[in-house]
Amino acid sequence: MIPQKDLIVVTSAPHVHSPDNVPTAMRDVLIALTPALLAALYFFRLPALLVILACVISAYAAEIVCLKIMKRESPTRESSAIITGLLLAFCLPPSLPLWMAVLGTIFAIVVAKHLFGGLGQNIFNPALIGRAFLLASFPVAMTNWTNPLDGLSTASPLGIMKEAGGEILPPLREIFLGSVSGSIGETSALALLLGGAYLLYRKQIDWRIPGTFLGTVFLLTAMIGGIKGEGLWYPVYHLCAGGLLLGAFFMATDWVTSPVTKLGRILFGIGCGLLVVLIRTKGGYPEGVAYSILLMNVVTPLLDRYTKARVFGRVKSHA
Amino acid sequence: MKRATFKGGIHPDGHKELTSNLPTVVAPIPDRVYIPLSQHTGAPCVPLVVAGDEVKKGQKIGMAKAFVSAPIHASVSGKVVGIEVMEHPGGSFVPCIIIENDHREEWAETVQPAADPAALTPEELRAIILEAGIVGQGGATFPTHVKYAPVAGKKIDTVILNGVECEPYLTADHRLMLERPERIVAGLGYMLRSIGCTQGVIAIEENKMDAVAVMEKAIASQPNLRVVVLKEKYPQGSEKQLIYACTGKELPVGELPLSVGVIVNNVGTAASFADAVELGIPLIERYVTVSGPGICHPANYLVRIGTLFSELIKESGGYLGEVEKIIAGGPMMGKTVFSDELPVVKGTSGIVLLHKEPHRAQKEYPCVRCAKCIDACPAFLEPTSLARLAKRSAWEEAEKADAMSCIECSSCVYACPAQIPLIQYIRRAKQAILAAKAR
Repeated sequence: MIPQKDLIVVTSAPHVHSPDNVPTAMRDVLIALTPALLAALYFFRLPALLVILACVISAYAAEIVCLKIMKRESPTRESSAIITGLLLAFCLPPSLPLWMAVLGTIFAIVVAKHLFGGLGQNIFNPALIGRAFLLASFPVAMTNWTNPLDGLSTASPLGIMKEAGGEILPPLREIFLGSVSGSIGETSALALLLGGAYLLYRKQIDWRIPGTFLGTVFLLTAMIGGIKGEGLWYPVYHLCAGGLLLGAFFMATDWVTSPVTKLGRILFGIGCGLLVVLIRTKGGYPEGVAYSILLMNVVTPLLDRYTKARVFGRVKSHA
Repeated sequence: MKRATFKGGIHPDGHKELTSNLPTVVAPIPDRVYIPLSQHTGAPCVPLVVAGDEVKKGQKIGMAKAFVSAPIHASVSGKVVGIEVMEHPGGSFVPCIIIENDHREEWAETVQPAADPAALTPEELRAIILEAGIVGQGGATFPTHVKYAPVAGKKIDTVILNGVECEPYLTADHRLMLERPERIVAGLGYMLRSIGCTQGVIAIEENKMDAVAVMEKAIASQPNLRVVVLKEKYPQGSEKQLIYACTGKELPVGELPLSVGVIVNNVGTAASFADAVELGIPLIERYVTVSGPGICHPANYLVRIGTLFSELIKESGGYLGEVEKIIAGGPMMGKTVFSDELPVVKGTSGIVLLHKEPHRAQKEYPCVRCAKCIDACPAFLEPTSLARLAKRSAWEEAEKADAMSCIECSSCVYACPAQIPLIQYIRRAKQAILAAKAR
């Protein structure tokens, strides 16, 4: 009766699955990063392209070597490494010597990812570890910013804010579009918002992390701005300047290193926001997005443990 | 409008348009029927007939002494030719009474219409449920008389009829509501009377607004009954989630619906009850959807219990394309079977034929902690954490993490982008926890 009886498959339920899988999720992240990539190439031209290529290619190569040595299989066709490379490039200055970019990428993939157990096992966001490693090793090269308009060396907008005086802050409009100095992929708030909106629309990230992260930064900087006698531009400037949007939408939301519970994500976002404002206003660096996320990565297991949902039916018995 | 529902769940493609507008067809009555001795949760029946016996339609041919069980009946008149072990849609192998149909359709003497159904006492009604072999027709096949057996100190205040049918492809309950609403309402009335309860609810998903309209019309004269329209979401029809959506009551872990004063039955169960009370007909036929990309002409059938899957598939024009899975029930919780030579039983809501799933690798990836399984779980569990515990045989920890609260709806597996068979790990943990308890 059955035309191909030997082909009948017997498995346990379910027999249908969501079309979303790990490779499609990686594809969605790449799509979401595209506007920022285009903005980076538009504003920083060839230097940015070279740094991006250096990071992506070395990430891909390091991933393949690691998978081989550790006899691991990659379910994502190495696209997760490409994303790590791209994200790391996005938080490096365009003027960074390429060998440094390659070194940071290898550190990210080998140490932060594969030595911790590979995909899904790392405690810290690999791209941010790469950045932290480079910032600790090459503090001068990592804080050498160029103005995309004239190609001259300049301070970053957050650096100008912190020093209070000296250079004039670029107007908010430029910060929003991205024609200011900064890391390769972080300057265009518009492009990052587009990418973030796409990830939210595709349900690849939970609004709770970027929502509470950005909300906390906004509220705190609005209060600080109020005390300082600044207007509404002050918190908006804090949101759009530096690596905040890149971090909030693409790094803090990293599945592997952020909490799995809803309440945990809310606390995670608030924690990131608090730390960013603390570092930006009181810390030694003008920018603190990378460190805040890395510090919150540390408490992710703790947050998961103490914010478990009440299981359905764990209510007072009627019996 | 905001519809009642539960938290969690998933939205698989329904594919119900394949059959939802097709009126139910009476399936050809086969030359042989195969009646399994066990078509319910509980003790299997002991046959009351032997090879060579003549049986009539509706005649009781098997029963068990155990309380949790349900008798079985001949679905055709004819001659018993033997009792053989056959594959069962529930995933096991069960002895079946094989009856050669004489096509005379003679009713057994026991099948008598009630002289005055309105005069029946609750005890008499409950006896009819038992005698008619009525079991839950949504798929779990729990003997209905057990649910209605009075428990001292417990009061039932609401009977919920489940017309949600949240499994993809299945439309049998949908068609039943459209075609036999008065039987469902009559059955609900008898159910309420049999336990001295007044409030009746008919729960329907919002994707069946035509059935909502029909059922609302059917209950128009009875203010104690109401239709509740629920959000389209899987597993909306799951008992605990349905009770929560309809009444706001959360069933405590490990307790029966009884503890919150609720009984849930499938709409088909109610219709069968009405037939049993008024006409004396036991459960010998049911609505079955035959659908999926692997069948030529998807359809809804009224099928005699014991009809082979192969006969329904033939009636639907045969297989289409390369069929990979034959599913008894829906694709979310149904069981794949080894062949099509097995009978329709009381719990067979549908036969779904699927091709190979596109873009579906047969490989388990590492968990990337996306939490999609946690968001999908209607029991608010962490499937990925439970699976991790099961992988290292940490049964006590799994029990503490409430593995036993898993309703095995498979929503987590559907949602998992890493294609981890979470449900199998959790089932393994549940088995180990139960085994440890038994020791």
